Amino acid sequence: GAAPAMNCRAEVLEVSVEGRQVEEAMLAVLHTVLLHRSTGKFHYKKEGTYSIGTVGTQDVDCDFIDFAYVRVSSEELDRALRKAVGEFKDALRNSGSDGMGQISLEFYQKKKSRWPFSDECIPWELWTIKVNVVNLANEQERQICREKVGEKLCEKIINIVEVMNRHEYLPKMPTQSEVDNVFDTSLKDVQPYLYKISYQITDSLGTSVTTTMRRLIKDTLAL
Amino acid sequence: AMDTDLSSQDRKDLDKFIKFFALKTVQVIVQARLGEKICTRSSSSPTGSDWFNLAIKDIPEVTHEAKKALAGQLPAVGRSMCVEISLKTSEGDSMELEIWCLEMNEKCDKEIKVSYTVYNRLSLLLKSLLAITRVTPAYRQSRKQGHEYVILYRIYFGEVQLSGLGEGFQTVRVGTVGTPVGTITLSCAYRINLAFMSTRQFERTPPIMGIIIDHFVDRPYPSSSPMHPCNYRAGEDNGAVYPSVEDSQEVCTTSFSTSPPSQCVFTVTKAHFQTPPPVVTDTLKVPVMGLAFSHQLSSSRLSYQPAALGVGSADMGYPILFAGGLNAAHPHQLIGPGKEGGVPPIPSQPAHGTQADQERICTPLDGVHYSAATPSSSEDTETVSNSSEGKCGSPHDLLETIFIRKVGAFVNKPINQVTMANLDIPFAMFAPKNVELEDNDPMVNPPDSPETESPLQGSLHSEGSSGSSTGNTHDDFVMIDFKPAFSKDDILPMDLGTFYREFQNPPQLSSLSIDIGAQSMAEDLDSLPEKLAVHEKNVKEFDAFVETLQ
Repeated sequence: GAAPAMNCRAEVLEVSVEGRQVEEAMLAVLHTVLLHRSTGKFHYKKEGTYSIGTVGTQDVDCDFIDFAYVRVSSEELDRALRKAVGEFKDALRNSGSDGMGQISLEFYQKKKSRWPFSDECIPWELWTIKVNVVNLANEQERQICREKVGEKLCEKIINIVEVMNRHEYLPKMPTQSEVDNVFDTSLKDVQPYLYKISYQITDSLGTSVTTTMRRLIKDTLAL
Repeated sequence: AMDTDLSSQDRKDLDKFIKFFALKTVQVIVQARLGEKICTRSSSSPTGSDWFNLAIKDIPEVTHEAKKALAGQLPAVGRSMCVEISLKTSEGDSMELEIWCLEMNEKCDKEIKVSYTVYNRLSLLLKSLLAITRVTPAYRQSRKQGHEYVILYRIYFGEVQLSGLGEGFQTVRVGTVGTPVGTITLSCAYRINLAFMSTRQFERTPPIMGIIIDHFVDRPYPSSSPMHPCNYRAGEDNGAVYPSVEDSQEVCTTSFSTSPPSQCVFTVTKAHFQTPPPVVTDTLKVPVMGLAFSHQLSSSRLSYQPAALGVGSADMGYPILFAGGLNAAHPHQLIGPGKEGGVPPIPSQPAHGTQADQERICTPLDGVHYSAATPSSSEDTETVSNSSEGKCGSPHDLLETIFIRKVGAFVNKPINQVTMANLDIPFAMFAPKNVELEDNDPMVNPPDSPETESPLQGSLHSEGSSGSSTGNTHDDFVMIDFKPAFSKDDILPMDLGTFYREFQNPPQLSSLSIDIGAQSMAEDLDSLPEKLAVHEKNVKEFDAFVETLQ
């Protein structure tokens, strides 16, 4: 059938953090989004019915921020996010820029095409976190930063939940043959919607250097 | 007219969803205020007991309180379910921190599919609730409870009362889900007018043992706020009364259909648990874990900068005064023999845990486990060693739980008024009937020194030695009547509790008994020569047989 012209909704969040807070702040936001965008594993049965596994959750305390968040209980997913965030943090640090960049989490659907065309990836939701790294002079400033960033992240969580609550477009629940076009079925305990994470570093000239990482989970698990 | 649009099956399903959504909402909120980190496991195979496909443990006491408050009704217009979170100091002063409201408004979505879309959106809403409960100010306060204050919850049903939250309270919306009978909304109103001291300004005192989960027996200041009592019922002016929801121990087996996409198959069945979750475990762990970790977290990296003391606010109504340490004259407070900076070891009681129970408690339940903070740093070693008593010293904690809730600290009732007879203790059936309330209550009269190790540790150590260490611990097991959750079974005539009791102490296998074994061996030896003679006679046949096998 014809490809639907899909509007991809886009949300942008901005945070200013100290260098050592980058990872935890990014993980908090990404995990909160993925908590809402992951289901239990589907088990298809005959007659086209399916049952859904159970998603566990756990609390995570931040070390450098006065903040705690909830994430899905899936070590694979956590590893994948940590890998992406770690690379982002390193890129920020090494870029020699004034510490500005952004990391994006995109949810997409695959649309199979006939040979010789490759499958299309059609995004339906895009989250962008703009990061500004600040340098602090003394311990007192750092202490204040711990709390301020914690408060800011609370606001971000509330923003994320607001967006989730709008109950806007979500891909239709797929049949068994279509499930891999909608969900990432490679994890053993949960099933997030298909997603990819990419980031950009803004160097001191204001231009962007783009790095894209594809299919993070598959890469991470290919150890 | 509204009801005819909704099929009766859909209506039944919807009522069930709303009921269990309300119960899970309460669990998430209360568990988020225990002062400990929550962790549940994902399970790729559906167990049939996890409503909304989320692993949210059910603390039985909390479910009981929620069901009591709802009294068979569902949230409806003008009848909201509210969970009030408040703080109570060791001096008895209390302050409302948050009111979580589950409300229903009149806006109906007739087109929405109940068994599919509504269900999934309720699941999403619970996830949002998990996230939001960590970002309101009371979360961090609850992580630091145990020394100067504890966090309490109260559930009520009816009109939302926000006046106890002080001036300028803020509201955060968790989310909404439209249904054919109205729109469910979940929100939180929280106090921002906070005034209490930082934990740093006080000497280290023994943690307040006793209540981590509790609810008001009496309102401490009944005249100071127009709150309705806990068992408020909606007025009779509201004509549309929902039929009371059948209160059965049902589980939700969800089955969704994709072909054709417009059809949804949904079944709710009574599932029969193979291994029912032990009731004991859930109740026991929670208060004690709160103890172990509430102390720990006071010195953790979560630092807290207090707002400026604003005692001048007339709206507060509650004087906030702190004295260092606990008031020894207060009869309900436990002054434990605390070690320096450590959690006082839970006073040992006559052993009344079964070995089987202990094993269950200390190992994850299949599929889903409910444990407090995962130790992630060396700070936790102290906690871990204490919590081995805490976590696994659960059999006697069941007793403590009961006493905590009604007799423990912070109940503003003279001690002589508190007797077993005039309290409706939930789970009173578990309470040993011969225990005097005050004299034997370790919460009131703690033993002088923690000399004996916890009975559980003893049993654990002897676990590997022989299988016959079941004797004493079984005898001391205090539970009078074991009513396991989800044990109602229409098919089998045997009640699970009966089954459990009967097979708790199985008789030893006869073959393992020495006498009988010895006897039969003697017989065997005697008959050997005879058997050998017979075999010798038939040796040619045997050889031929063996040939055929080659």
